[in-house]
Amino acid sequence: MSANGNMNLTLKVWRQKNSQTAGKFETYKAENISPDMSFLEMLDVVNESLIHAKQEPINFDHDCREGICGMCSLYINGRPHGPKRAITTCQLHMRSFKDGETITIEPWRAAAFPVIKDLAVDRSAFDRIQQAGGYISVNTGGVPDANEIPIPKVIADEAFNSATCIGCGACVAACKNGSAMLFTSAKISQLGMLPQGQPERYRRVQSMVSQMDAEGFGSCTNTGACEAECPKEITLTNIARMNFDFFSAKLFREEEIGEVNHGG
Amino acid sequence: MSELKQTFNSSLGKKLIMALTGLFLSLFLIVHLGGNLLLFSNDNGYSFNMYANFLTHFPPIEVIAWLLYATIIIHAIYALLLTIKNRQARPVGYAVTPKAPASWSSKNMGLLGSILFLFIVIHMGDFWYKYKYTHSVGFKEYRTNLSTGERTVNDFTPQKEDFEHSQTFDGDVEIVKVKDLHTKVAESFSMPVYVIIYVIAMIALSYHLLHGFQSAFRTLGWVHRKYLPIIQFIGTWLFAVIIPLGFAAMPIVYFIQSLK
Repeated sequence: MSANGNMNLTLKVWRQKNSQTAGKFETYKAENISPDMSFLEMLDVVNESLIHAKQEPINFDHDCREGICGMCSLYINGRPHGPKRAITTCQLHMRSFKDGETITIEPWRAAAFPVIKDLAVDRSAFDRIQQAGGYISVNTGGVPDANEIPIPKVIADEAFNSATCIGCGACVAACKNGSAMLFTSAKISQLGMLPQGQPERYRRVQSMVSQMDAEGFGSCTNTGACEAECPKEITLTNIARMNFDFFSAKLFREEEIGEVNHGG
Repeated sequence: MSELKQTFNSSLGKKLIMALTGLFLSLFLIVHLGGNLLLFSNDNGYSFNMYANFLTHFPPIEVIAWLLYATIIIHAIYALLLTIKNRQARPVGYAVTPKAPASWSSKNMGLLGSILFLFIVIHMGDFWYKYKYTHSVGFKEYRTNLSTGERTVNDFTPQKEDFEHSQTFDGDVEIVKVKDLHTKVAESFSMPVYVIIYVIAMIALSYHLLHGFQSAFRTLGWVHRKYLPIIQFIGTWLFAVIIPLGFAAMPIVYFIQSLK
């Protein structure tokens, strides 16, 4: 460690020109890094030196940098969003690493998340799942009174917990099957538990699961890796809830037959 | 595609089949263990042989048996289909081994299942096939005095090729002639290689059910704060401890007895 308490690190970073070309790991030195920097700020410093050296900077996704947008990703030393629980990469500080450590940084790996460049992957599959049914259809009009529809506190809390999913894709990245069931089930649950979500509840679960399958994600084996790595601590219970609604819709609800346009 | 076909071709539909077949097989294990505990009845194999004879000659059991074989095959085929799709979902793997905390058994269900499938082939080939389709299993004649309860046992060689079993009475004495699977079991379990195969398979069974039983309920969507601890308790203690231990005890006890 240098005199000012700053760190020197070795980075092994996945570099890939585009989705068509094969990628490989490149090694970089990250020197004089403050332990108080965020992981993304550390990458900014490395990129600055790469630009000064007339080299291509490392491409990675980021936006709000306060853990709520779901844009940052990175598979750091074998864990999505790095070694700490319940935070995103932008909230991860360099003090979580040791001076002199080698850090391996990989993109999310999933067939449905093709690499765009380096560490940035295309997560538009999530958008398409959301568009398949992750909404409620309401006519516009006057603003209703806040307490017009009574909702028990526990239900509101559960729905809110599911709604905290930021769609970052860490669940897919962590899952050994590349399954998107934690994401999809959270999006289904947040609406399915509330009165406003009831009219489209059974149509929604079928459409979103169908789109999820069409995107080429794997399926859940209840290992719980997603739940452990989720920066928003979305629980496996959401998946069980989705399954129950899906089977109810498919096997017991006659009125739902033929309502869903299946993607494949 | 018809509605139901569509349902069972979806990822969740395939998981539903895995869960239902898995639970049916778990249920079977209870019956199988219960019946096979007769191996410990210490009556020269009388009750065990009678039980084996009953299982193979009572038509409703025959129907359930074939349903059971079909279930094993469906469970294996759907596991294969899902595994292939899951592998395709991640064509490029990670350089660093994932460190997410997930139980070993949950990550190795395919390996454990393959061990079990191999075991079932060996197990059925050795007992079920030889019992039903070959003449390599001998016969025993049990003479039970119904008033005193005394029983004598002798080897018996049937005159007719297709002899299965018979029960006749000579005064107070019941004469039962039945296929002697018990001796076949005792012979097999006197060989160390069998004991090792069985014990390894039962360890695999334990880990397979440790995850599988409670996972099936999750797949079905039956997760409730009130009932989940009960399911986990049954999955752990009954299915991952008592049942595999009970089955493993059979080759071990018979092997020890064979040493005397």
